[in-house]
Amino acid sequence: MFNSNGNGTPKIGFYVCHCGHNIASMVDVEEVQKFASTLPGVVVSRDYKYMCSDPGQELIQKDIKELGLNRIVVASCSPLLHEHTFRVAAEKAGLNPYYFHMVNIRESVSWVHTDKLSATQKAKALTRAAIQRVFFHKPLEKKSVPVNPDVLIVGGGISGITAALTIANAGKHVYLVEREPTIGGHMAMFDKTFPTLDCAACILTPKMSAVKSHPNITLWTYSEVEKVEGFVGNYKVNIKRKPRYVIEELCVGCMECIDACIYKEAKYPDEFNQKLSKRKPIYIPFPQATPQVVLFDPETCIDFKSHRCKKTCIESCDRKAIDLKQVPEYKEINVGTVILTTGFKTYDAELSPQYGYGKYPNVYTSLEVERLVNASGPTAGEVVTKDGKKPKSVGIIHCVGSRDQKAHKWCSKVCCMYSLKLAHLIKEHTGAQVYNFYIDMRTPGKGYEEFYDKLMTEGVHFVRGRVSEVTDWALVPEEENKLTIRVEDTLIGVVRRVPVDMVVLAVGLEPRVDAGDIRRMFNISCSNEGWFLERHPKLAPVSTFTDGIFIAGACQGPKDIPDSVAQAGAAAAEVLSLISAGSIELEPNTASINEKFCSGCKSCIPICPYSAISFNDGTQKAVINEALCKGCGTCVAACPSGSIIQNLFEDDQIFSEIDGLLKFADIELEEMEAEHA
Amino acid sequence: MSDKPKLAFYWCASCGGCEESVVDLAEDILMVAGAVDIIFWPVAMDFKKNDVEAMEDGSIFAAMINGAIRTSEQEEMARLIRRKSKVVIAYGSCAHMGGIPSLANEFTRSQIMEYMYQEAPSVVNPEKTRPMLSFKHNSQNVTLPEIRNLVRTLDQVIDVDYYLPGCPPTPKLLKQAVLTLLSGEFPPKGTVLSPDEALCEECPRKESKPSDLSFTHFYRPHEILIDKTKCLLSQGVVCMGPSTRAGCEALCISGNMPCSGCFGPTSRVRDQGAKMLSSLCSNISENDETGIDKILDGIPDPVGTFYRYGLATSLLRKKITEDV
Amino acid sequence: MNSKKWRLNMPDKNYEPKIVAFFCNWCTYTASDLAGVSRLKYAPNVKVIRIMCSGRVDPQFILQAFASGADGVLIGGCHPGDCHYSEGNYKMLRRFRLLKRMLHSLGIDDERFRLEWISASEGEKVKTVINDMVEKLKVLGPLSIPKQINILDEELKEISEEHSEPLTAREELSHV
Repeated sequence: MFNSNGNGTPKIGFYVCHCGHNIASMVDVEEVQKFASTLPGVVVSRDYKYMCSDPGQELIQKDIKELGLNRIVVASCSPLLHEHTFRVAAEKAGLNPYYFHMVNIRESVSWVHTDKLSATQKAKALTRAAIQRVFFHKPLEKKSVPVNPDVLIVGGGISGITAALTIANAGKHVYLVEREPTIGGHMAMFDKTFPTLDCAACILTPKMSAVKSHPNITLWTYSEVEKVEGFVGNYKVNIKRKPRYVIEELCVGCMECIDACIYKEAKYPDEFNQKLSKRKPIYIPFPQATPQVVLFDPETCIDFKSHRCKKTCIESCDRKAIDLKQVPEYKEINVGTVILTTGFKTYDAELSPQYGYGKYPNVYTSLEVERLVNASGPTAGEVVTKDGKKPKSVGIIHCVGSRDQKAHKWCSKVCCMYSLKLAHLIKEHTGAQVYNFYIDMRTPGKGYEEFYDKLMTEGVHFVRGRVSEVTDWALVPEEENKLTIRVEDTLIGVVRRVPVDMVVLAVGLEPRVDAGDIRRMFNISCSNEGWFLERHPKLAPVSTFTDGIFIAGACQGPKDIPDSVAQAGAAAAEVLSLISAGSIELEPNTASINEKFCSGCKSCIPICPYSAISFNDGTQKAVINEALCKGCGTCVAACPSGSIIQNLFEDDQIFSEIDGLLKFADIELEEMEAEHA
Repeated sequence: MSDKPKLAFYWCASCGGCEESVVDLAEDILMVAGAVDIIFWPVAMDFKKNDVEAMEDGSIFAAMINGAIRTSEQEEMARLIRRKSKVVIAYGSCAHMGGIPSLANEFTRSQIMEYMYQEAPSVVNPEKTRPMLSFKHNSQNVTLPEIRNLVRTLDQVIDVDYYLPGCPPTPKLLKQAVLTLLSGEFPPKGTVLSPDEALCEECPRKESKPSDLSFTHFYRPHEILIDKTKCLLSQGVVCMGPSTRAGCEALCISGNMPCSGCFGPTSRVRDQGAKMLSSLCSNISENDETGIDKILDGIPDPVGTFYRYGLATSLLRKKITEDV
Repeated sequence: MNSKKWRLNMPDKNYEPKIVAFFCNWCTYTASDLAGVSRLKYAPNVKVIRIMCSGRVDPQFILQAFASGADGVLIGGCHPGDCHYSEGNYKMLRRFRLLKRMLHSLGIDDERFRLEWISASEGEKVKTVINDMVEKLKVLGPLSIPKQINILDEELKEISEEHSEPLTAREELSHV
């Protein structure tokens, strides 16, 4: 049984880690070490302060060389954290790394249990299981697959733009796919950026143009990813390019067609301006839109509805760029890596009805005000209320949808700072009295606290307290024709009523509505809140549990521009390191069919989600294409004659674990009974 | 007696079909009879237990024992034969895996007694009489073997060298087994003397099985008209072929009935029923519980379906009860 | 033919159920790591075997665990639609539905065999599921199949011990 593994009789080295006090305070590591030394096959059993440290690893390597160990078991933290570390250590000492197995006694034992005796018992049971398991381990060859150097980036906001430019500048080809007709994302809607107050357009537009003109970037706007197949290094992605009814290559963005539209007046809500202005059925989202290509809205264009338009737009285009019969175009691309930068959406303020959004015309969301203060916005930068008057007083309500048990529990991180920025801009534009109603002022970040300080000197008012209500019900003459903000001022302990002309709701950030679909498509996880889940919150913040898929920006959680840009850079670096390595090693945990024993019953073939199993008509047996197998082991569990094996997860290995876990349990039981007898 | 190798046959808890299967050797039985001396075969010849006891230990070359072990008498005889024989072969599904008798492990002994001697519709027993283990009659002590709490396979009671599977084993396999043993080339101990692939390998309908099987219904054989040319599973009939050892040359399928698993699992499988269940279920067409359950209603008796011949050798061995 | 309660001498008060769990690498195992990192506290009765996908769980593993003395078996996989391998969890669900029926008819209580969908972010759910299962199994009491079989196998000892005596000394069994 043992010799069949080609490595002689098992000589097992067992090592249990104290992890400082992390393990040793709840598990009697010495007891575990002693217990392991009594188990069959164990040649040496040691405990050590930090097994993952260099001296810890050297301990293993020395034992491999001096004692001729051919199996290594380490009981320490989660294999998801350090399995690789120890495999490499074993390999350096000349042992095939797959003779190693790891026991998790930290995340699964010491950190989650409170009774030292039972925690130690559990650690012993897990140890026994692992030691029995390695008897059945076999040497395996790592599988290496080439990494396609092309990269897909989904989402053309500031994160996607940054990542795309970084990678493209490194000489690699990037496909940047954006759902909207233009790239730029939320940042393109902003007027100024905190805390430096530099103009968003001024710093973003050059980057947008650089993306458009970069020889290494294929920019597909108004496009969506439809299907993703494959694995790290080798993804096949299908993309749908929605019809703009304008031939992108021919349009130069002169916008004469817009002038020529038979609608002389714009009459449909302009999405980019948060519906505060109107556009025509043929339009361009905003002046700096990239690409500079107009598009049709078939919902509002007369010709799409009745086919009876005079089509003055077509006549006006001397480049013949308009094609009203355009159909969706489907692209299939092969890429090695993917970065998701799909961003966020803002909280729907109508879901917090106490603030009166949607009910009182002069209650605005922060994004609407961003457009109002913007020189290219609906009012050309004039901050005015719905009746066209300059407000004399403005209230900014913080934490709308954030830090709220009834909405989202999380802090949206950017609202304090953008509220300060808007307070500054509103005051600058209108000279109004501006009130900030905040729960806590959160301004960590370079230059952020200083910006807050600056605002306080500018005469902006700060009231600490969560606003309970915005109402138009006047109790005193000063409140007539105004919106009154009711709030408990928690610093002075009184309930205040502050009448204002305009209310700005600092809406929080939340995951996009279809984030769930996206993550399923790319096979990554989400946190409970719906943000894309990183592989490790500290050590792998832009990686996901799916190799080759990275995340950056606000799709991972609320984030401001500097953080998004930093993450985008990190994701680009991860991608470039994979490309630069040229190939990636995969876990050799694939399944294979023992052709001698396969009866050709075909039960496994429909089970494989990757169509990796096919039937060989010549031999009348099933075969697994190792390159397509991703190692889930579903076919192994379902093979009715036991003729499929999965490397690293063989039946015998798992049975021996079960046995090891429970054999120990039986001893425990007998001891317990002996005690009671 | 000649010095030809001595052969013994014995039956325990079985239907007698295994004994029949020896006679099914037809003219080949003469070949066997010529090559060996049959020194113990209660069903066909007149031997007494005393005769066996009188033999030297290990003097029987090979003993074929069929039937499960249900009573103390069967156990005692099995142990006796074991001592007297060099090689013991568990002959047929019942000795190999418990067989149909081991479905009794779904009930306790007292439940069975209660039913057989009281509750069964055909029983009239107002005195509530039950069998007794011993009884004085005319100063003679009359005894009955004890019914055991569990139906056991032969190897759960004595050491078994080889297994000849099937309900019953086919004459071809018996002949092969005898010839192999007589040749002196002993396979490794514990070998099941039948090919180690699943039955699909030798199924005449193998080619008709599609590669994209997805179950939308399960049927029992009487519920549909079975197409004689197509794979039974492709018609939704639960056929145990994929999880059952080959060797019978698909006899049941030739009779247009699904394989019910009498040859047991391959050597790589610990629990035939679990594996068949896994394979079938994995290919059910539905993904939600309601849809899955509706399809599974087509298998009303999973224990009887998947462990028809092997409850005693399954991992759980019996129904778990408070009483034993 | 007396029936006997095999569980008579069990010390109920101190009974700790033994549960073997199979957690998929991508969701539930990661969630249990998260529970650890978050220092959530739960009962030590569950011992986890890591597999890549809940689809790898062979029903034989479950039966073997029960047969080897587990009082309960817990399987953790990704939520429907979330499987890292697209649909391994559905394969497990399908097996689970039938296996549960079969175990039920073999006298194994429904509570002893559980399939839970726990995503990578649901560390809290790892805790509540484990604690809940342990509580329920404490009420049910031990399953202890190996012990039960051992008790049953005592009936085999009689004859094997008798073998040491010469058989001629035994009273011959005879039927009237």
